[in-house]
Amino acid sequence: MIHAPTITLKGRYDVDGHRLFGPIDMSISAGEWTCLLGRSGVGKSTILRLILGLETAGDFIGKIVSDDGYPIAKRASYMAQSDLLLPWLNLRENVVVGARLRGAEPDFDQANALIDRVGLSDHIKKKPGALSGGMRQRAALARTLMENRPIVLLDEPFSALDAGTRADMQDLAAELLVGKTVLLVTHDPAEACRLGHQITLLSEDGANAWDLPDTMPIRQPDDPEMLRSQASLLAHLRAGL
Amino acid sequence: MNRLTYPFCATLLGLCLWQALVWGTDAPHFILPAPWRVAKAAFESRALIAEHAVVTGTEVILGLIIGASLGAITAIQLAAFPRLARLTLPLLVFTQAVPVFALAPILTLWFGYGIGSKIVMAVLIIYFPVTSAFYDGLSRVTPGLLDLAKTMGASKTQVMLRIKIPSALPSLASGLKLAAVYAPIGAVIGEWVGASRGLGYLMLLANGRAKIDLMFATLIVLALLTLLFHKVVSMLANRLTDASVTG
Repeated sequence: MIHAPTITLKGRYDVDGHRLFGPIDMSISAGEWTCLLGRSGVGKSTILRLILGLETAGDFIGKIVSDDGYPIAKRASYMAQSDLLLPWLNLRENVVVGARLRGAEPDFDQANALIDRVGLSDHIKKKPGALSGGMRQRAALARTLMENRPIVLLDEPFSALDAGTRADMQDLAAELLVGKTVLLVTHDPAEACRLGHQITLLSEDGANAWDLPDTMPIRQPDDPEMLRSQASLLAHLRAGL
Repeated sequence: MNRLTYPFCATLLGLCLWQALVWGTDAPHFILPAPWRVAKAAFESRALIAEHAVVTGTEVILGLIIGASLGAITAIQLAAFPRLARLTLPLLVFTQAVPVFALAPILTLWFGYGIGSKIVMAVLIIYFPVTSAFYDGLSRVTPGLLDLAKTMGASKTQVMLRIKIPSALPSLASGLKLAAVYAPIGAVIGEWVGASRGLGYLMLLANGRAKIDLMFATLIVLALLTLLFHKVVSMLANRLTDASVTG
């Protein structure tokens, strides 16, 4: 296993001279799931894009560093709400698209193994159009795993799925991403309480930790402690953080 | 109902209106020939019309191939180098403000009375629609795909080849369909200005000799030829779109 680092963000974020959020001091722990919640437009996805080194509308004044000092963006992979599968490629070609885009020879054996782990072996030659939403998101997960990077940034990857499929995907992701440093942006308190080792609430004024039960994720959906935590988190979010 | 029923009825309706106009206006046949006279002229001069149609057809096909290739290459270059696009796009739009009709005499002067000047006309007239449609498609790729590619460490060339071009194929297809209709216009204008062969030339010749029935026959063949090009190019273009959407 490649070393999964802890990532720290310190600073503030301005758009056209106006403060969007911060100053924040937030850390994403090594090898664990950190769930990021906050109202729409507060800049959750921006944080994820900043870590990935993607373009954003404003400026981050501060620093984003890993505890081992190595660059972060090149060790991070990304999974979004939209599966971002290429409709003209079959499932396996979509899973190996990273290697293709780097002009490298794909490792099909590994791709087959990962496709098997996400349970799509019977659909390897199918185009995304022939797959259900849940299957497409599993394919996207396989593509993310194929990159084999120690940091994984997830931007509401399960939010468009129906409740049953979403729970299945959460189980699968928790199992397959074990040991990686994961940041999950989500709107769903239940998802955050199921999956998170830590929960961070982002607001204009900063990033604050939310206390979770002592149990380890992934927590069962009917775990009473988790349900209590989820209910109080929801109440907190409704009160406007 | 057969899918040919409507086109057949439309043709019949057009012929009826035409004949009604001839009867109603009582126009002499050298001003407005009746449909049967045109059909007769087309049949009697079929070898002549075919010979000229082959010339115009060749001009259009070569014009389409060259114009579409140049347009596609330009669009890819513009998409690959945004600064180049900012510099040359206004220039491209400006050239479109110059009517190609006005350029025909000078093109004939430069490229001669043969099919060369007509191919250049066809190329000029289709170059912009193809370039602009394809460039539009290349610039409108889902941003998420480009973000994903960037996080994967993709090279610019690979992003162009594996994401941008396949995503933009439907746009290229609509540009090509337009081009198929425009290309014959370019070729015929070229023939009007100066040629010794081609359907445009035959139309002028027939007109000059008051063989209006032959002129109409040539015009109809030209229209049918354009429809044929549009049909063939649409079929090819739809394959491109299918390849892009479903693989």
